[in-house]
Amino acid sequence: MSGEANESQTGGGSTTPGAEAAQSPVRAFLLSRGNSKLADGVFSGLMLLCALSIFAIVILILVELISGSKMTIQKFGLPFFFGSAWDPVNGNFGALPFIYGTVVSSILSLVIAVPLALGVAIFLTEMCPPWLRSSLSFFTELLATIPSVVYGLWAIFVLIPPLRQYVNPFLIKILGWTGFFVSPNYGFGMFAAGVILAIMILPIISSLTREVMSAVPRAQREAVLALGATRWEMIRMGVLRNARIGIVGAIILGLGRALGETMAVTMVIGNRPEIVRSLLAPAYSMASVIANEFSEASDQLYLSALIEIGLALFIVTIIVNALARVLVWAVTRGAPVRGT
Amino acid sequence: MGVGIDVSDLNAWYGANHTLQNISLKIPANHATALIGPSGCGKSTFVRCLNRMHETNPVGRVTGSVRVGDTDIYAQASPVEIRRRIGMVFQRPNPFPTMSIYDNVASGLRLNGFRNRKILDDVVERSLQQAALWDEVKVDLKKKSGASLSGGQQQRLCIARALAVDPEVMLMDEPASALDPVSTAKIEDLIFQLKSQYTIVIVTHNMQQAARVAENTGFFLNGKLVEFDATHKIFTNPTDKRTEDYITGRFG
Amino acid sequence: MASTTAMPPLRAGATNRFIRVIFNHLATVYAIGSTLLVMAPLIAIFAYLLFKGASSLNLNFFTQVPKPVGELGGGMANSILGSGILLAIASLMGVPIGIAAGIYIAEFGRDKRLSNMVRFTADVLNGVPSIVMGIAVYTLIVVPQKHFSALSGGVALGIMMIPTITRTTEEMLLMVPLNVREAALGLGLPNWRSVLSITLRTASPGVITGCMLAFARVAGETAPLLFTAFGNQFWSTSIDQPIAALPLQIYVYALSPYDEWHRLAWAGALVLIVLIVVSVALVRYVAGRGVLKGAS
Repeated sequence: MSGEANESQTGGGSTTPGAEAAQSPVRAFLLSRGNSKLADGVFSGLMLLCALSIFAIVILILVELISGSKMTIQKFGLPFFFGSAWDPVNGNFGALPFIYGTVVSSILSLVIAVPLALGVAIFLTEMCPPWLRSSLSFFTELLATIPSVVYGLWAIFVLIPPLRQYVNPFLIKILGWTGFFVSPNYGFGMFAAGVILAIMILPIISSLTREVMSAVPRAQREAVLALGATRWEMIRMGVLRNARIGIVGAIILGLGRALGETMAVTMVIGNRPEIVRSLLAPAYSMASVIANEFSEASDQLYLSALIEIGLALFIVTIIVNALARVLVWAVTRGAPVRGT
Repeated sequence: MGVGIDVSDLNAWYGANHTLQNISLKIPANHATALIGPSGCGKSTFVRCLNRMHETNPVGRVTGSVRVGDTDIYAQASPVEIRRRIGMVFQRPNPFPTMSIYDNVASGLRLNGFRNRKILDDVVERSLQQAALWDEVKVDLKKKSGASLSGGQQQRLCIARALAVDPEVMLMDEPASALDPVSTAKIEDLIFQLKSQYTIVIVTHNMQQAARVAENTGFFLNGKLVEFDATHKIFTNPTDKRTEDYITGRFG
Repeated sequence: MASTTAMPPLRAGATNRFIRVIFNHLATVYAIGSTLLVMAPLIAIFAYLLFKGASSLNLNFFTQVPKPVGELGGGMANSILGSGILLAIASLMGVPIGIAAGIYIAEFGRDKRLSNMVRFTADVLNGVPSIVMGIAVYTLIVVPQKHFSALSGGVALGIMMIPTITRTTEEMLLMVPLNVREAALGLGLPNWRSVLSITLRTASPGVITGCMLAFARVAGETAPLLFTAFGNQFWSTSIDQPIAALPLQIYVYALSPYDEWHRLAWAGALVLIVLIVVSVALVRYVAGRGVLKGAS
């Protein structure tokens, strides 16, 4: 093909005389560009570095926590976690009251939150009319993003007074014989912490449960319905049974969140390092003692004790969260979860 | 000007799946070559091996040699330069959604660093004319999004985008299969016009289309190249019985 | 299927059917009841916030620093500024690293071991209590420097942003369809160009709102600031000094015995909530609408 034939076949003819010459500069330019291997290498290297920073963060935290708590690790060893005396003045530190406070408040919050979260998830997934669903799920998602300190603020002024005046006396009257609900009743205490924690972890458990329930294929539900089951039976046998691994994961994730919750708990738990049977008595959690006493820790040993509690908290929440993620991933195949 | 493609002993895998087996053929320059065959026969995979797109799949693997002009495209480590010399149009139109029509066509040059505004304008206009889209979009080139066009227009936009980098070869993987008959006819006219300047390889499951636009046709079956010959011979007097069975509609 | 073999026999029989129907209704009551019970605190919190906070919100709140105890008026201007500075530092650190990490796991070796580990670790990191981050940054920065600072607070918040942004960036990048990426590669664009100018650009509305979500989340964080930024009663713009922050100040005011400070705490809480709600709504809107306009 000659050059002239080229031009006449370029549908309608190029408009400028330089157009035919423009062909070669374009090709020549592109041929001169090279293969960008260097740029590609630098780029992927940079991205890799940033991805590795995620690991670096974990390692950094671990290293700092361990080095900061060396003193008390060496002085007290493992018994640190079984001692119940918290006596900064005499340099005697035992973390048991805080472990007790964290564990009990978290379990309490699960006891309150899980049935409710499950109920909400069931409603939203299986019973809710579609037009209502998105606004309701939006609301529950909002609950999850309210900052802890705002929950605490609300709890102090709106939750505690009715607890102290109405709910707790009622519990003392009805359940006082168990020993779990006895005077004195300040409002602040383990029970209040459990309640506010329940409110805080509910959206997480609920939205994860919903995701897990939605991942159960339609075919399962239809198979059960086809056998003449009622809607509840279909939910129980066709959905919940299949999703139960993921639901357990969601609950464990909620537990993980409850274990580490700091501000709201600090504001309502009463901050007394004692192990008492009554849930209405003031208590203390691991995160709370750090929050309250860290900046006033007067000596190295004191600080080290607090950091060691932080280390324990870190390790426990990592394990709990990892376990939860594995369970949830197993059902939802690793899709990222929003709102947690 | 286009160049010829010389394929010899090409084998391709998707993971453990031996998708192409010992393919050898010579695609002539400045002609249109059609590749036909039933679904899953490997013709799309073959075409993607010609511009090293097959290896973008993490489990894709290729052995053998493909010479475009006098360059063995697999001899060098980086496929980027090869892909600038070989343009590709995909089955479903894929204009860049965040870019205007102008930006879409200019993207191959601009994003490779080309700055000269005047030449860019010329190239965009020329490419859109070659793709028979110029008259329809010349009014708000720079404001209208590439994704706001109709299906047939989008595909012609993609053709213009591929032409703008002045490739030597144009690969087309079932370019009209997602389009309506009118758009299909327009695309076929385009191929007719373009083939004198470029070497065109078009994958199609539409045998009439192959007969209309291509001088040569290759028939693929189960990963093998069964027959490759002048189009009129393939369709009127094929050598291999399997080709004849396919042409006459016994399968596929 | 395991579920069907484990199913109890659905016996025919009038009483049995009656019991099953009762249970069905009970379940419905339980589900609806739970939902109502859950919505109640949410509505209570928001309503109360609106009520208490809005009445305290005035121009003073945004322009004045706290007055000494006993005096009326005053605002939280220094806390708002402080939070702004802290968040700026945090974003400078967290956004680029987070997006880059997200690009890595979405675009490079998507199914490779390393990417899976990064993804998993990021998810787990998102669940670590923020006070632990504060301790780590305390020993890392505050101790050597021998004083609290805005820098250390910003770093603590920045570290918290990274895993969140990594995951949201990945999620948004994965929504860009394969054939758009293939178009870019087919044109002979080098990988870095294709990822940045095509894939990232296409996903950018989603990526940006993902960053906003992370931003809003750390904006409300108090614990990591307790012993890094520490708080400051006065107006300060220095990176090297303790600095006030909105959630920190709310915490201090909430625990104080003064009504005037309580009032300010409610106002501050309202401001925080509005910021967060807007970001969440935006994220939902963008993700629901889909990142691509009209493309295949």
